[in-house]
Amino acid sequence: MEREQTIILKNKPKIVGFYAIAGPKEGKGNFGPYFDYVMKNDHFGEDTFEKAERKMMETALSGVIEKSKLTAKEIDLMIGGDLLNQIISSSYAARAFEFPFIGVYGACSTMAESMAVGSVLIDGGYCKHIVCCTGSHFSTAERQYRFPLELGNQRPPTSQWTVTGAGACVLSKEGDGPHISSVTFGKVVDWGIGDVNDMGAAMAPAARDTMLNHFKNTNTKPEDYDLIVTGDLGKLGAEILVDLMEEEGYKLGVNYGDCGQMYFKYNQNTLCGGSGAGCSATVLNSYILKKFKEGQYKKVLFMPTGALLSTTSSQQGDTVPGVCHAIVIEA
Amino acid sequence: MEDKQRNLQYNRYVNSKIPKTHPWPTLFYSFIVGGLICVLGQGINDIIMVLFPYMSQASAWAITLIVLIFLASFLTGLGIYDQIGKFAGGGSIVPITGFSNSIASPSIEFKSEGIIYGICVKMFTIAGPVIVFGTVSSVLVGFIYWIIGMF
Repeated sequence: MEREQTIILKNKPKIVGFYAIAGPKEGKGNFGPYFDYVMKNDHFGEDTFEKAERKMMETALSGVIEKSKLTAKEIDLMIGGDLLNQIISSSYAARAFEFPFIGVYGACSTMAESMAVGSVLIDGGYCKHIVCCTGSHFSTAERQYRFPLELGNQRPPTSQWTVTGAGACVLSKEGDGPHISSVTFGKVVDWGIGDVNDMGAAMAPAARDTMLNHFKNTNTKPEDYDLIVTGDLGKLGAEILVDLMEEEGYKLGVNYGDCGQMYFKYNQNTLCGGSGAGCSATVLNSYILKKFKEGQYKKVLFMPTGALLSTTSSQQGDTVPGVCHAIVIEA
Repeated sequence: MEDKQRNLQYNRYVNSKIPKTHPWPTLFYSFIVGGLICVLGQGINDIIMVLFPYMSQASAWAITLIVLIFLASFLTGLGIYDQIGKFAGGGSIVPITGFSNSIASPSIEFKSEGIIYGICVKMFTIAGPVIVFGTVSSVLVGFIYWIIGMF
């Protein structure tokens, strides 16, 4: 890489289509009116939640291809991931289509990770159309990482609510739409947070690291962006990031927001806010890209974070490392 | 070394920022709900004693427990017990109804993986440790009784 961690894309890969599908609770949240489709219930007509998550991603994939006025045959590659073990939702969703598939895992940062990889491939001239898709489901994530849904326990005040939803977008060499101007791949950063219910604090140092490197490598400052948005640091994590950046001399002002923190309404009882791979994916592929279309945003730094833990690592007493990938979208 | 110092400092900083659970309302609600469950148990026991006056107290207790366990599993199935738990915390976990909920909820959750690998295996993921500690401590207590009985 020319600059450490950052690649400046010269050929401006475009985002020609975007699609977001979300669950009923998410539909009632702050971004509800912007989603392309809101499911009536979490089962989505399937007998298990895992199958519902898969169907959600399939819907997002076919939805975005249709919205981009393309056919599945024209797609050169799909890049995607999710939170389940062996990323089954993405690979099983890819099974329904005939394009090649690269599975990526960056926990809740997967949307930016797949878009970063995709835009680099397009920029290099290797692909024409790439579809990126990421999703998560509250019920499958709870079951894999935490407790059964019907267990009568209380959630700690730092916990967040995994978003049920999937977002997809099509990156193309040519076409209409905002373009990706640079990407910064994040390092895995661990500042020794061991509490698995406090993901925001665990991931904030990763966001800090990527943000610092991105500003340095692209020679920009927070004021240069219409919006700087992290993925699912949540209420606590976002506050921590603001503090950490202030220590480094960067002031994150009103143009900074966190998808998780903004996702739900106050009375939806999600404590520190939304989380999950679907959190940033649905916000980007609905609200943010729609605002680009309306001309409200000209330059956005999208940098979701991911906590790279598994139930095994946390049961063995390991701390929670985080990662954060950043992409810059420009009109 | 420097990293360790920074991590320590960061953990201290995060701990100072974490929103805390307020103990008094939490304790109050769990006291009320836990107490109500106990009153309900006593009520069931008294009704049994009235309906079956010749039943021994020990059998009535056993039936009371069975009724409570059934009620909690039933409410878990209906999706009500976790709502009570959200509100009551320890108040609905500590009584035997909480134990029932901790067995019923994974059984419902893992039904999709089949009867053997789903329900039967996962049924004890939460209650398992309770059963293990219960069995081990009853053996220990029995052993102590036995020793005391020798003198």
